[in-house]
Amino acid sequence: MTGRILGISGPTVSVDLKGLKLYERVYVGHAMLTGEVVRLEEKKAVLQVYEDTRGLAVGEMVRGAGMPLTVRLTVGLLSSMFDGLQRPLERMRAETGPFIRASREIQPIDYLKHWPFHPLRKKGEEVGPYEDVGYCEEGPFRHYIMNNTGERQTVSWLAEGEVSMSDSLGGFESGKDIVGCMEWPVRGARPYRKKYASSKPLVTGQRSIDFLFPLAKGGTAIFPGGFGTGKTVLEQSIAKFADVDIVVYVGCGERGNEMAEMIEEFMSLKDPWTRRPLTDRTILVVNTSNMPVAAREASIYTAVTMAEYYRDMGYNVLFLADSLSRWAEALREISSSLEEMPGEEGYPTYLSSRLSSFIERAGVVETLGGKTGSLSMILSVSPPGGDFTEPVTQACLRSTGAFLMLDTSLAHRRHFPAINWFQSYSLYAKDLAGHFEKEHSEEWTELQHWCRDMLQKEESLREVAEIVGIEGLQDADRLLMHVAGMIRSEFLCQNSFTDDAFSSPEQTLSCIKKIKTFHKQAEMKLGHGVSLDEVFRSKNETL
Amino acid sequence: MRLSEHVYRSVSSLAGPLLFVRNVIAARIGEVVKVITDEGRQMTGEVLRIEGDSVLIQLYGDSRGLDMEGMSIVFTDSLMKAPLSPALIGRVFNGSCRPIDGLDMVIPEKYMPITGFPINPAARACPEEPIETGCSAIDGLNTLVKGQKLPIFSSAGLPARELVADILRNAVLPGKAGGFVVVFAALGLTFFEYAFYRTVIKEMKTGFVAFVNMADEPVMERLLAPRFALTVAEFLAFEKKMDVLVIITDMTNYCDALREISTAREELPGRRGYPGYMYSDLSSIYERAGRIRGMEGSVTMLPLVTMPEDDITHPIPDLTGYITEGQIVLSKEIHQRDIYPPIDVLPSLSRLMQKGIGEGRTRQDHRAISNKLYTYYARGRDLRRLEMIVGREGMTEDDRQMLDFAECFEREFVHQGTVRRTMGETLDIGLSLLKKFRLVT
Repeated sequence: MTGRILGISGPTVSVDLKGLKLYERVYVGHAMLTGEVVRLEEKKAVLQVYEDTRGLAVGEMVRGAGMPLTVRLTVGLLSSMFDGLQRPLERMRAETGPFIRASREIQPIDYLKHWPFHPLRKKGEEVGPYEDVGYCEEGPFRHYIMNNTGERQTVSWLAEGEVSMSDSLGGFESGKDIVGCMEWPVRGARPYRKKYASSKPLVTGQRSIDFLFPLAKGGTAIFPGGFGTGKTVLEQSIAKFADVDIVVYVGCGERGNEMAEMIEEFMSLKDPWTRRPLTDRTILVVNTSNMPVAAREASIYTAVTMAEYYRDMGYNVLFLADSLSRWAEALREISSSLEEMPGEEGYPTYLSSRLSSFIERAGVVETLGGKTGSLSMILSVSPPGGDFTEPVTQACLRSTGAFLMLDTSLAHRRHFPAINWFQSYSLYAKDLAGHFEKEHSEEWTELQHWCRDMLQKEESLREVAEIVGIEGLQDADRLLMHVAGMIRSEFLCQNSFTDDAFSSPEQTLSCIKKIKTFHKQAEMKLGHGVSLDEVFRSKNETL
Repeated sequence: MRLSEHVYRSVSSLAGPLLFVRNVIAARIGEVVKVITDEGRQMTGEVLRIEGDSVLIQLYGDSRGLDMEGMSIVFTDSLMKAPLSPALIGRVFNGSCRPIDGLDMVIPEKYMPITGFPINPAARACPEEPIETGCSAIDGLNTLVKGQKLPIFSSAGLPARELVADILRNAVLPGKAGGFVVVFAALGLTFFEYAFYRTVIKEMKTGFVAFVNMADEPVMERLLAPRFALTVAEFLAFEKKMDVLVIITDMTNYCDALREISTAREELPGRRGYPGYMYSDLSSIYERAGRIRGMEGSVTMLPLVTMPEDDITHPIPDLTGYITEGQIVLSKEIHQRDIYPPIDVLPSLSRLMQKGIGEGRTRQDHRAISNKLYTYYARGRDLRRLEMIVGREGMTEDDRQMLDFAECFEREFVHQGTVRRTMGETLDIGLSLLKKFRLVT
């Protein structure tokens, strides 16, 4: 089925092709650019093209693919890097050089590669729908191959040993093949049996997050912050150190050099929980700001579908996107080229509904095969001018569980991570407190309260000190200011370029305990009539 | 591919820089058109939008005096391309890449589309080699590295061009012979400023290529000039193995041109009337800086942004800051105290500095010195506000010392006049400052 191009405006192309379905994948022009149907009218269809349309001429042909935009879900996705349309960037580099040129259909994985396959069932055994039949060794992970037919089947044969993903891995008596590879439409969530409330913490290794604003597995969090507040560094630190099985990281409309830096670092670093190379557990989806806008819009869906695929094998998956604002801007650009009626600040009116249905793809689920997996999301937001009242931040606030506000004034003081401790919140804090108390220390909640209290008191004392000068304060208050300063600089600050970049819950706990003990002892000394200067001096000596 | 050029005279409307042509067959989006008036005037344009047989064209010349009947539109079947050759070095062109230095056009080796192709993120090499700019506030605290894009945020009336000129004269790659080839793109420059820059780039021993669009020249050429400049820069860097420094001044004029064309097209305006796609458009310029794995050359970019109303949250500096790897911010307050260069260290930042400094790059103590200087200066600046309320007398000895430190830091470290300082000298000054105030042992 082919048609011809009628008109072109930026990434939007109209064609005279009939019989297309909404959101069907299309190939546009002689260059076979990938696109998607976004609107159908009586005599024409409007397409959104995922690549640079420059050079496309009216009258060139368009072909419908007969299926929606999909991703390939198979063994070999881990430790790869894709663009927003799941094209492997490393192989593209090998084939077309350092610059990304016009479209080339490249398979996302190498089908010639062989993987060790271990059957879990025997011939003649019955397999329920979505139950495992075997697994491939994908690096350190067991990549489970399931009965995807949706019905109860009987195994007629199963492969063993080295297999390639283009072959069938076995068969059922009904005549259906067991395959390790499928196409899945990116726009819809992958099905599951049941969703649970999140109850386990997601340890990030960042003291200020784990202690003050803990995140949950299956939970969602946003980091809004103006430029220079360390969003990317923080996202990357979490990607490195979070206690999850698999990380899917989307560089959505961000800087190319940063991605290069990240790739280099991930190659050399080790997962602090398993001591294996970080790349083993990571999938990168990269669509830098100068790559086509429409593909940027698709990139988060491509990535989240891959994340869900691994969740369905029973893994804890963390999805990180940097930055969601760039995705929203892509949505705005496409919307305005479709000449839709704009909502707030030019964003389409469906921005918040798209966002919330996307964010709802996170959660702890019981999979169709009966396992438990989780998908957590940490998303950064880049509000223009550092103004948090803008539509993207506001839309996110309604659907996420934690809000970690990055503060420009903290960043200017080089306080990193620049998480503002007064404005930020985590809805998971209460539910998770019990867990931390049980696993780590009974004092956890108490220490947390103490810490918040100190910071709060410091804030009000600071106002007084600005008027009367620090000398004018009482000794106990000066001590409090000093201890709060210690909390800020020794506990909340964490340099992501040193060994301090990762702090386990035990380290976090001992760090805050140390400060509290100092405070108690100093207070006692003051009570015994020791002067404050003496207290500080003895502190310097003990250090 | 067409076998012959298509010429049309079917102009249906003409508005500012936009031109509608009817009954066009098989137009290409982004295709270059030549507009020839019956009097023989010629200018170029580009296809922006096609709807059936009617085509919207953006003109890069001055559309004044055109009339609908008296012109022919030639469709060339090709995208806008830049002629490339090493012989471009030492030449001056206008915004449409025509020589304006009185010499003939060079014979190009090849042509490349001026929009370029995005660098595959997997092919990028991480920028990590420091550049010695000779300016302490940059070298010491916000080190520039090869392949970085670091804008200078200035306000009207600040000596930004003098700073750019100093960097042009003084920038070297430590431990490497030769310097940078400078590609200079001037967008909407006044003659007064141009005359200043001209003397500077003419003195460059390592060579330059300039694309100059003056304040009274067609506005739409401002959208072309940086793209020509970057295509040439990429060619010299990645095919001729040179280290290229691209200076674009002033990006504010570029964004205003973008806004002008956007409103002419009756697009929905975004913040302050700038189009919603300005982020993507700016990144298609800024993101062309970088290094490529396994290749020798590099493109380093220093764009100049004049902040309208001195407001760093204005869309132009804001979006620029989101794309670039840091920023150098000039401050009026510091300029008024006769400190040159008037760099405000606190909001300035070089994101790629961490990799570019330390043992084997600059000096082993660089990171420690720079962190200390920054922290104490920030504290000193904070205390200045307190001083205004309680007076110097009401402050502790420590606080007074911090105030003095901030003052000395500005006078001795940031202020350097036109003297060039090596990386070693910069760090030594920083270290001796810290020692003077007994902040290091």
